Amino acid sequence: MFKGKTKHKMSRWDWAFVICNTIFLILFCIVTLYPVLNTLAYSFTDSSEAILKNIHLIPRKPTLAAYKQVFEMKGFQRGLIITVSRTVLGSFLSLFANALLAFIVSRKNFLFKKSLSLFWVITMYASGGLIPSVILMRYLHLTGTFWVYIFPGLVSAFNLLVLRTYMNSLPDSYEESAQLDGAGHLTVFTRIISPLCKPVYATVFLFVAVGHWNSWFDAMVYNRLKEKNTTLQYELQKLLSSLTQLNPTTTSEGKTENMTTEIQVRAAATIATMLPIICLYPFLQRYFVTGLTIGGVKE
Amino acid sequence: MKVANNGGAGSVVLKKRITKTELRRQSVLLIIAGLYVIYGIVFYYLPLAGWTMAFENFKLKDGIFGSEKVGFKWFKTLFEDKTFLRIIRNTLAMGVINLISTTVTAIGFAILLSEVRNVMGKKIVQTISYLPHFLSWIVVTSIVKDAFATKGMINELLTSLGIIKTPISFFMHTQYFWPIVAISNVWKETGWNAIIYLATITAIDPSLYEAAAMDGAGRWQRIKHITIPGIRSTIIILLIMNIGNVINAGFEVQYLLGLGVLKPVSETIDIYVLNYGMKNYSLGTAAGIFKTFVSMTLILLFNFIAKKTGDERLF
Repeated sequence: MFKGKTKHKMSRWDWAFVICNTIFLILFCIVTLYPVLNTLAYSFTDSSEAILKNIHLIPRKPTLAAYKQVFEMKGFQRGLIITVSRTVLGSFLSLFANALLAFIVSRKNFLFKKSLSLFWVITMYASGGLIPSVILMRYLHLTGTFWVYIFPGLVSAFNLLVLRTYMNSLPDSYEESAQLDGAGHLTVFTRIISPLCKPVYATVFLFVAVGHWNSWFDAMVYNRLKEKNTTLQYELQKLLSSLTQLNPTTTSEGKTENMTTEIQVRAAATIATMLPIICLYPFLQRYFVTGLTIGGVKE
Repeated sequence: MKVANNGGAGSVVLKKRITKTELRRQSVLLIIAGLYVIYGIVFYYLPLAGWTMAFENFKLKDGIFGSEKVGFKWFKTLFEDKTFLRIIRNTLAMGVINLISTTVTAIGFAILLSEVRNVMGKKIVQTISYLPHFLSWIVVTSIVKDAFATKGMINELLTSLGIIKTPISFFMHTQYFWPIVAISNVWKETGWNAIIYLATITAIDPSLYEAAAMDGAGRWQRIKHITIPGIRSTIIILLIMNIGNVINAGFEVQYLLGLGVLKPVSETIDIYVLNYGMKNYSLGTAAGIFKTFVSMTLILLFNFIAKKTGDERLF
């Protein structure tokens, strides 16, 4: 924004604006953060305290019991392994697949440059919908397997366009001099272009990884009957809905036990699934900001 | 669009001719490209071919080509079904409410944030604003459910401010559901959606602001006469890009929160496809085709309007 080289006197209205704006933005931050911090506070609160009074930001009788309980759940452990696997494997494969394709369609003299780009751009607007995909996965025998998380989304037009735009903006001279030295296309891709593309690679990796980490719909559609393949978020959803189904008003001994553990276990599970992303995203900001602005290019 | 329109097509146009030497020189690229085309056909174009299922009594064992042809029977079934018509209403209503509310809040937030001079404060607010985007809908809906619960923070706040006397059970009355869906979307995506507007505002020539300030324009006038016209084309492009999504209206919030008594207002086309389509593949496919049809129509229509009014457009 413009840095006041020439200082103008702020009028009374300007002061009012600045004050209101500041208050508004602080309120915005509170509204954004409060629910998350509230969940965090509950997750550390001792089970006996959680029902007595509403917890706000400070946990009462802090304990790690809820986390212990969550991480001892079989479904949660299994979901964690599946989600970590699909996030790591899926993101690397997807980045590689998109980058290689982007490399091909961004070569100036590639014979089918236009038609191959169009082939992928069409997929962005016309999609078969859920049911044809479900049928396709059955025919390909991917239903009920881990690979149903990896293959269908491997190449996506959006990521392709982000990568292509970035590669198009690189100067040709690097490639030309490498080719004079006798480097083949693939060497140019791995040795010349890829190192220059690190920032945009980070962007695409981040987008894909977040998608994998938070996914649950494909687990529900394709692996509902295969418990060993369900994802972390799917397990979280199961946990959240099963615990809320317990009737919290019953006062019989057993039920009270369940009810008192309910809220802090839910909170601990929620926090546990969001923790990796929350810890990472502040450091990756500049990457997704560039990615989004590139992605907004008119195509 | 002003943002990052670097390089790309139109720089040097060389007429390429497909010759034997060129084919040989590019053989590696061509083979790999071929593999990508096969992948694309299998995972993106075969599902499109699967649309034929909507015109048959599809049975898994008979396959796409062997099943009995029934013409437009399933489309007729859809449009004679009162439930489906109500579902279209729900989808479009929530889609429009979400699009408008998320666009307006993102623009407002971007403008207000761009007015902050304190670099550190701006950075902190922006970082916080991205946070909800990275949470899954499972987490967000659980947060929303807690917030709007009878003993939740919204009721607590409203009663302590004296706006209501007794807590409202938000999830027992249909009239609160669409606003709750909109609030969920706004909470999750405002900061994220603002990124692109902020980038556009940053790209506005600073001398415009200085000149305006020199002429005695206050903050508000500078926003009105410089910032908003400066991001106008971005707003229109993003609106065209997102208008097709009106028919998507979100699936998660409605699926996870719109239970029980809320079903008449919460069910969307996606939920319909999931509930009925997994049992009746042909019916589900027909509903899917309808969705794509509406979305394409909306995009083309808005593109056409933008063209007519002389604004930026997508195609």
